[in-house]
Amino acid sequence: MPFEVSDLAEMDAPEKEYLWTLNFGPQHPATHTTLRLVLTLDGETVINAVPHIGYLHSGFEKLGEHLDFNQYVTIVDRMNYISPLANEIAWHHAVEKLLGIEITPRCKYLRTILAELMRLHDHLLNVGTTGLDLGAFTAFLYAFYQREKIYDIVESASGQRFHTSYTRVGGVMFDVNKAWVEKIREFLKGFMPVHAEVHRLLTRNRIFIDRIKGVGYLSAEDAINMGVTGPLARASGVLRDLRKDEPYLAYADLDFKVIASKDGDCYARYLVRMQEMLESVKIIQQCLDNIPEGPVNIDAATHIVPPAKPSVYRSIEGLIQHFEVMMPNRGYDTPREEIYAATESPNGELGYYIVGDGTPRAYRARTRPPSYIHFAIFPHIIKGHQLSDVVAVLGSLNIIAAELDR
Amino acid sequence: MSTEEVLKSKFPEDGLTFSEFRDNRRVVVPAAKLIPILSLLKSDLGFDMLAELTAVDYLEYEGATDRFGVIYVLLNNQTGERLVLKTFINDPSPTLPSVYSLWKSADWLEREVFDMFGITFTGHPDLRRILTPDEFTAHPLRKDYPLKGRGERHNFPIVVRSDG
Repeated sequence: MPFEVSDLAEMDAPEKEYLWTLNFGPQHPATHTTLRLVLTLDGETVINAVPHIGYLHSGFEKLGEHLDFNQYVTIVDRMNYISPLANEIAWHHAVEKLLGIEITPRCKYLRTILAELMRLHDHLLNVGTTGLDLGAFTAFLYAFYQREKIYDIVESASGQRFHTSYTRVGGVMFDVNKAWVEKIREFLKGFMPVHAEVHRLLTRNRIFIDRIKGVGYLSAEDAINMGVTGPLARASGVLRDLRKDEPYLAYADLDFKVIASKDGDCYARYLVRMQEMLESVKIIQQCLDNIPEGPVNIDAATHIVPPAKPSVYRSIEGLIQHFEVMMPNRGYDTPREEIYAATESPNGELGYYIVGDGTPRAYRARTRPPSYIHFAIFPHIIKGHQLSDVVAVLGSLNIIAAELDR
Repeated sequence: MSTEEVLKSKFPEDGLTFSEFRDNRRVVVPAAKLIPILSLLKSDLGFDMLAELTAVDYLEYEGATDRFGVIYVLLNNQTGERLVLKTFINDPSPTLPSVYSLWKSADWLEREVFDMFGITFTGHPDLRRILTPDEFTAHPLRKDYPLKGRGERHNFPIVVRSDG
């Protein structure tokens, strides 16, 4: 039973002198990235936790006001670097909504596949490192081997393993071929037994359960009130998934379940993530079977995407059009409007608030980062737990500091 | 009754402006009526989540009359309904009441807006800088702040090993 913090409230100052302060981070293996917690401890019980963030703040949103919609994709990549393509898809989803562009069916399916691969990518890391932080090393190695294969898939589509910058306004950088589709099928075949293996290693592991069951409890009311979304909210019983509730890309055509739990503890979060991976596999398989033929970019006549290479090389009109798109002093008109658009990233609701001022640059490019909102709940759910639970709770929140600080 | 109709009937004289763009439903409210309107939205109309709180500096925006716009994106978890609420405030001391008492997610979101834009939220329990260091003096996302900064990087206090 967690220690009741209210028991301490009546104590006066001299008696509190035995409480001591522990600096957790900014360099600590269990924080994974650079963040700092100042913990007030009573023995091993955490009485208070004050997060200090901003160590990786590099002004991404300010840069977004100086780069155009296609250039800024290189920056959003670096926010949640555990699932870079999910950020790119969210960013261009918002931009395309502002411009009123409807992307092609092939592009929708392609982006859906990539978004779900990123969900696998992110959940694999989270499950693996949760195990690692609590002393289960093997599952981590299995998970990271599968992540490496996803890197290979992403590399053969975009030419980059990590920071892909793959999406463009109105489409993607290159189309994919049949060999790429086969590569994903091959990966999924190998992934299922590994997922089952991780299940066998962790889900009924006595030590693992003892460390995370009943730890870091978050009720559904608190989750909603504190703005929590994604797997964290679903583990607390909030049935909300933007893929179902506000379908974007190809999700309206696909058959999948929203995974949720009522327990709201770290174990529930782990189970929700494990189960969501299976749903992602289902989604990817459906997309691979039904991926439509046709162009991957929108019509070049819109003057938003560059025309096809043969027309650039063989006709003067194509060449002019190519320059019109590429030159920094040209570009296209955007509406003088503001829009909020969100997607379901692996971590939760990843939204962008874009203010357009008529130029192909955002006047304001605000990110709604799920990590930022989720880290704010940490002091609320850690109070009364043991010092060793800090690692377990931090792991279950899946905080990515680059997205946290931007 | 839809959200718009309820707001119109409860606040008929406050000049609420409603608009729609793509799937965003938006309303502009006067800053003085912010808390009564947000409380009504939360208690009577079921907007139980504050999904996003941010600000925009309209200093260089063509045709803008007010300096800052503060945006609240509300979400009703039961119906999935969203509402983008906006209010305008001006120099010299841009101040708004805090909505922490309604939604706890406003805690860090308001701190970030304070840090980046210098907008003060009265009634916030712990309004400190969050992303920039405590000794930082500027508000970087204001439009009159240069992209390269004002030399903070060069003049940053360096702690040497012997001092530590």
